[in-house]
Amino acid sequence: MQKKDTSIFKAAWTYDEAPESTDHIQIKKKYELFIDGKFTKPIKGNYFDTINPATNKVIASVAEATTEDVDVAVKAARKAFGSWSKLSGKERGKYIFRIARLIQERAREFAVIESLDGGKPIRESRDIDIPLAANHFFYYAGWADKLEYAFPNRTPKPLGVAGQIIPWNFPLLMAAWKIAPALATGNTVVLKPAETTPLTALKLAEIIQESGLPKGVVNIVTGAGETGASIVNHPDINKIAFTGSTGVGKYIQKAIAGTQKKLTLELGGKGANIIFEDAAIDQAVEGIVNAIFFNQGHVCCAGSRLFVQESVADLVIQKLKDRMETLIVGNPLDKNTDIGAINSKKQLQTIENYIKIGVNEGGEIYQPKCNFPKEGNWCEPTLFINVSQSHRIVQEEIFGPVLAIQTFRTIDEVIEKANNTPYGLSAGVWTQNGSKIFHLTQKLEAGVIWANTFNKFDPASPFGGYKESGFGREGGLHGLKPYLKFE
Amino acid sequence: MSRLDIQKTYKLYIGGKFPRTESGRYYAVTNTKGNLIANMCLASRKDFRNAVVIARKAQSSWANATALNKGQVLYRIAEMLEGRKEQFIAELISQGEAAKNAEIEVNCAIDRLVYYAGWSDKYQQIFSSVNPVASSHFNFSNVEPVGVVSIIASENQSLLGLVSIIAPAIVGGNAVIVLASETKPLTAISFAEVLHSSDVPGGVVNILTGKKEELMSHMASHMDVNAIIYCGKDENHIKNINELASNNIKRTIFYKKGDWTSSNSESPYFIEKTQELKTTWHPTEV
Amino acid sequence: MFPNLNNLPVYDTTGVHERIARFCSRSIKSSSKIEGLKLALSMIDLTTLEGKDTKGKVQQLCYKAMHPHDSLKNIPTVAAICVYPSYVGVAKKALEGSDIQVASVATAFPSGQSTLEVKLSDTKFAVDQGADEIDMVISRGEFLAGNYQFVFDEIAAIKEACGKAHLKVILETGELETLDNVRKASEIAMYAGADFIKTSTGKIQPAATLPVTYVMFDAIKDYYLKTGKMIGMKPAGGISTSKIALQYLVMLNEVLGEKWMNKKYFRFGASSLTNDILMQLVKAETGIYQSINYFSKD
Repeated sequence: MQKKDTSIFKAAWTYDEAPESTDHIQIKKKYELFIDGKFTKPIKGNYFDTINPATNKVIASVAEATTEDVDVAVKAARKAFGSWSKLSGKERGKYIFRIARLIQERAREFAVIESLDGGKPIRESRDIDIPLAANHFFYYAGWADKLEYAFPNRTPKPLGVAGQIIPWNFPLLMAAWKIAPALATGNTVVLKPAETTPLTALKLAEIIQESGLPKGVVNIVTGAGETGASIVNHPDINKIAFTGSTGVGKYIQKAIAGTQKKLTLELGGKGANIIFEDAAIDQAVEGIVNAIFFNQGHVCCAGSRLFVQESVADLVIQKLKDRMETLIVGNPLDKNTDIGAINSKKQLQTIENYIKIGVNEGGEIYQPKCNFPKEGNWCEPTLFINVSQSHRIVQEEIFGPVLAIQTFRTIDEVIEKANNTPYGLSAGVWTQNGSKIFHLTQKLEAGVIWANTFNKFDPASPFGGYKESGFGREGGLHGLKPYLKFE
Repeated sequence: MSRLDIQKTYKLYIGGKFPRTESGRYYAVTNTKGNLIANMCLASRKDFRNAVVIARKAQSSWANATALNKGQVLYRIAEMLEGRKEQFIAELISQGEAAKNAEIEVNCAIDRLVYYAGWSDKYQQIFSSVNPVASSHFNFSNVEPVGVVSIIASENQSLLGLVSIIAPAIVGGNAVIVLASETKPLTAISFAEVLHSSDVPGGVVNILTGKKEELMSHMASHMDVNAIIYCGKDENHIKNINELASNNIKRTIFYKKGDWTSSNSESPYFIEKTQELKTTWHPTEV
Repeated sequence: MFPNLNNLPVYDTTGVHERIARFCSRSIKSSSKIEGLKLALSMIDLTTLEGKDTKGKVQQLCYKAMHPHDSLKNIPTVAAICVYPSYVGVAKKALEGSDIQVASVATAFPSGQSTLEVKLSDTKFAVDQGADEIDMVISRGEFLAGNYQFVFDEIAAIKEACGKAHLKVILETGELETLDNVRKASEIAMYAGADFIKTSTGKIQPAATLPVTYVMFDAIKDYYLKTGKMIGMKPAGGISTSKIALQYLVMLNEVLGEKWMNKKYFRFGASSLTNDILMQLVKAETGIYQSINYFSKD
């Protein structure tokens, strides 16, 4: 097909800065650990800085929990478990409803802090992260007194103390995904937020205090890998829930082997996003953008492998490039920003490394021109065209705004290639043909399949992976199971 | 000099507004000593007829509201009722309840609203299914609200009995027209004020006060009402309702329960009773 | 040349609505806001299409078109006046000396339920009276019945009757219901000779919406890539606030781009929008929220 010159459609009207106001938010200079209902100094007295990745400036100093602190937290959680698990489901639910409402009341403050601490655009934290987090608490609050309906012929009971380790890509939302179902089912929690994004979890601790939640039911211990290991290895924890890389997930699964600890893992992915020739092409292109550039591509279920049917490949790629011209990359706190800062220097290095690999492997690279601020971690939205399953950038998770594009010809071919990966978290299917959708959803080996949409989340919708993307589900009725035992 | 208080006028609640009965009639409610508590509107069949038109109009957009939204609305009703707890306790006492029972009743009503708020986005997962048919089809069954429901409320426990029937019906996406307890009607209209301040769209809940003998036959026979719920033990009423409902194959639901504080007074099955089941097929071969 | 209607792009409505929501989340501030407001003002087809219109009403409207708010310096006038054919003469006279265009509806506006003869005569009358632009309506009944050739031929005939006047073709998207139909109707209109494609008569609900406008932009884009010809676009009806107008301009900017961001290729069919823009401009200048009492209503 003849390539068309689409440069005539260039946008010229540029938008002035539209910064979100930060006057009303409150961030302390120093944060302690949240254990047994109060903020407590770390025993060894060490602190680490959390940095704004868009400016490289320090936002606050945060306590580092050592093994000793984790032990104090687990003891508090164990003590609280006694009365918390005996509280009626109705009353447990009311606490969780309160937490949901308090998040709603302070939504804007949370959104701003999330963007400052992690780098994601305010539009996303305001419109997606924070509302979903509040709604997650709202959803699970309602299950607390209804568990007998969720599992036919079973009397569900809580597990005890849950150790939870969450990543930096959706800090508050991941905290909600972990804490809400655990509490609704009667467990108590020791949670470690990621070391580059501790702030919204600590603000959540403030809300937990305000809600009157009995002390010790939720404990927040900040720190890095060592703190996480202390949680995983603590003998008095009944359940480990981990969201993060597949590499660390494997380490955890091995570490708890031989113990009685229950485990759920939500790990990495290399999602296949499949566009058929009979798709609504314009919306499919938007779907590509949502699949790989949402949250700078820091998404485990990102659609990072595009499969486009050869007959429409040129059209789709041209439209994608045109669409990328109108993506605004920059200050996360500007309301018009589409793509924010990369979460950390470390992650930026990882992404840049993969881009080098892609180029060296012979992938045809495309990056629109971007004007980055002087300070901060930035990466252009990047396409690698004409690559194949054998390229490393097609096999390995990059966790950045980098899309690998392959063509395909038949349905069987694309199913085979989409499944040809150790991962199995998500997939996208774009076609207007209903039977094709149902056929593909039956054949694709992924825990979440999006037909004619992508990166859609809802507290009522179960989320989780096949294969090395992990096991266990979060969200929906199925999200209760990982926190219960059945007598 | 002591202050004279302003006495409340009790009107009907239709379409999110508080109109008087079009008939202009009233009936007096007295306390156990025989003193007047209030003059209630004596609703006519025309009030009922108007309410059905309004309920029908409001029902489809309420049904299409997200489950999240419905749950938040019900939770808000609980918030508003909690804030007016003392007022409701006093009103129940004025209608003849013992103080202790009144407090239990109000607390239970608030908790019941929270209970059903929590079902808004879950009952579908219990009552719907994907069905493994023996052909190349994706086959799924999902629940949908019946539509417009007439409700004859319980005579006793005029708040809790009311809430226990309204909440599951509306959380399931229906619009309702309720005939309040005849002997203890004040609570229903005060509850209408709570609904009114809770983001419940006008027309989703409509409340009439009046005589069962006058209105029941219309509530049971109206051709544009999809279901009728009757709370009570009168076998003649029950027979009458079943006969009239047959005119349009209305779904009939009867609750003979006397005490709505008992543990089996709330469950997702109360929601399910006002739901239809729809099954859809789609081929899966390419 | 009759277009190929068999291979047209299809649209997923939910996906379109999500894209629109992203356009609406753009925050237009400071100088870019003022720039946008002035641009929007210059793109207005100031409209009166009432059964009760009179010569006096149209004259007053024309004066407002030329003098939107004299105390505000450096603001553009509107692009055109849009009236029924019987007032084209009145408008032409009243607008003498300005560069404001006179657009006339025609072809048994708004229903379009009449014979070709009547529609041609309606059009010719307006053109003879001096109309610079003709806003015609398509036969929606014929379209929905699948008689696409009929719809095409009718547009082509009216285009011929327009002579030098520009032709805007009103699709009445509110009656076409689906986005795929909007695309199909756009295609027919452009190939039949439309200079502009327009959403609505403004006489039914829904009138202009962002989703149908988006699909029409997409049609215009593809048409340009196939033929090299630029077609204009006009959403009409329901655009009563600056906020909404700016959302349309954001979408225009990011979909069709710079070349369409002027009154030659984009118009707003509106009336009360004018004063809302003026109030926003004065607010931007003074920092004070305005009242309609300080702006002329004509």
